[in-house]
Amino acid sequence: MTDKQRLFNSGVLTEERPGAVKPPQELWESKKNGLVIIECPQRIPCNPCHTSCPTGAVMPFKDINDQPQIDYSKCTGCARCVAVCPGLACLVVDLTWGEADRALMKLPCEMLPEPEEGRQVDCLNREGEAVAKGTVVKVTEPMHDKTRVVHVDVPKDLVMDIRAIRVV
Amino acid sequence: MKLIEEHPILDFKHGRRVTFSFDGKQLEGYEGEPIAAALHANGVKVYRETPIRHQPRGFFCAIGKCSSCFMVVDGVPNVRTCVTPLEAGMHVETQRGKGVVPLDPEEEGR
Amino acid sequence: MKALRETEVMVIGGGPAGLSAAVEAASFGCDVTLVDSDLALGGQLIKQTHKFFGSRDERAGTRGFKISELLMDELSERRDSVTAYTNCTATGYYPEDGVLSCVKGEDEYFKVKPHKIVMATGAQERLIPFPNNHLPGVYGAGAVQTLMNVYGVKPGDRVLMVGAGNIGLIVSYQLLQAGVEVAGIVEALDKVGGYWVHAAKVRRLGVPIYLRHTVVEALGEQYVTGAVIQEIDERFQPVGEGKALDVDIICMAVGLTPTCELLWQAGCEMIFVPELCGYVAQRDKNMRTSHPDIWVAGDAAGIEEASSAMVEGRIAGVNVAKSLGHGSSAEHEKRLAEYRRRLDDLRGGEVGEKICKGIACCTVDRWEV
Repeated sequence: MTDKQRLFNSGVLTEERPGAVKPPQELWESKKNGLVIIECPQRIPCNPCHTSCPTGAVMPFKDINDQPQIDYSKCTGCARCVAVCPGLACLVVDLTWGEADRALMKLPCEMLPEPEEGRQVDCLNREGEAVAKGTVVKVTEPMHDKTRVVHVDVPKDLVMDIRAIRVV
Repeated sequence: MKLIEEHPILDFKHGRRVTFSFDGKQLEGYEGEPIAAALHANGVKVYRETPIRHQPRGFFCAIGKCSSCFMVVDGVPNVRTCVTPLEAGMHVETQRGKGVVPLDPEEEGR
Repeated sequence: MKALRETEVMVIGGGPAGLSAAVEAASFGCDVTLVDSDLALGGQLIKQTHKFFGSRDERAGTRGFKISELLMDELSERRDSVTAYTNCTATGYYPEDGVLSCVKGEDEYFKVKPHKIVMATGAQERLIPFPNNHLPGVYGAGAVQTLMNVYGVKPGDRVLMVGAGNIGLIVSYQLLQAGVEVAGIVEALDKVGGYWVHAAKVRRLGVPIYLRHTVVEALGEQYVTGAVIQEIDERFQPVGEGKALDVDIICMAVGLTPTCELLWQAGCEMIFVPELCGYVAQRDKNMRTSHPDIWVAGDAAGIEEASSAMVEGRIAGVNVAKSLGHGSSAEHEKRLAEYRRRLDDLRGGEVGEKICKGIACCTVDRWEV
């Protein structure tokens, strides 16, 4: 088993694959409010990302075990799917936000200490390593069920690495 | 007490705080919650000693199936402390071996 | 309490399967008695803080304990037809006279003679053998969940989780939420057994998952003070030296096995099915066992999930009502078709393949009368 395979087998995504892809680059770079990234590489019976999407960007499932398919032209970066996903597999990345070398990530968070506006946080990669510092710009709770969506200002070149925050 | 003060999802609603005794010591717990939960919150992990090898046993399954959590409660042995609700004034004791079943529970001061 | 109660339907177990069976049977007009040995109804659902998968019908995106509340609401709407006893264990089934013995608390004993029974007795945790596995501090994963999510008690300070199935992964996440450190998760196989997304959630919060590793010793005198983990090869043979970890809890999430004692006592035909994690009762598509008055649902019928447990419970409930002559044939068929479709959907993915294989081994087309 390769190192890559071993990493994937323990829950770490090492490259794009069906169910875990980046948005189309050109659209992504110009879309205000960002586009969704869903990292759901396994066929499991689950579809709240689609049922919660207000614009139909997450398309209807033919079979509930299918992986989510996204129509990026309809995604508004509202992050409802980020809050509803039982696997916390969705996030939104806004590349138009802030300075040229910064971006805004909207990540799900269900841990204490409570992330608050203005707070500095550690940005963690898929293996939990702190790879950058970020600032919390906003916190919302779209589904009113204790899953927060934390809007955090991060270095643009790390948007495909950062997948969680830790309030320090 | 090792209680969880704050939780990102849950709000804990406990019942009445009551006193009970464990091996002669006065401890506090919540009425109606399992005796084992109250003991755990007070840092007590060893509930009984096995009959032959005298090994320590404590909490394990929490659903009343494994017999690991047996203790003597108000004089009666083999009480499943993981599913028996705590009452004010209970006498809980470490069980050593198989325990002695009182022949007349009324007389043994329950 | 009367010494001998009669009831139309006895449901043993008040978790997702039992509650669903009870409300479904009651919706057709059955008189139902439900017993559960825990202090509250809801089974393992009341401890689940994570959101459920599935579709809208199974309340996907809703936290487990909220789904339990919804079932309890349904139960309360049926309070005229369903009597539920908690802290009450069904201790034996006597097939000669069709009587169930029950104990409420530690010493209130009574007997029930039901017309029909639904066994929804769930499952129990397994343990793997290693030196000192008896020490206080070696706890079942479900037990750790009960302490922290139901009673708000911190189970410990630093945990080694054994097993990376859904339970091991989910409970590890819940431990982090409760402010407890997870030193690591060991998994004997070369990949996590649970959903990939559950593993990703804890990996990105810094929890290591040691694939092809197992626990080989618990350290401590009176209680756990540490654990030794060891790498193993594909034949489960040790590789290299063990590594000691500083932990006060060793949490066992190495699998569940169906709780079937009452089914054995009733003389139901049983079969060992590895995909369903142990001995289970043979059943037909209506969840009826070889005993004409006994149905089975939920984990007791094979280790699976709460979403399928609820649907199986409903299927059993409809059929129990049907067998007692309650409800119209049209309504029975309509609901059964809906419930069977939901089960097929739930079992349609790659994870459901194993379950389907197991179910095929223990399902008969029709019982000979």
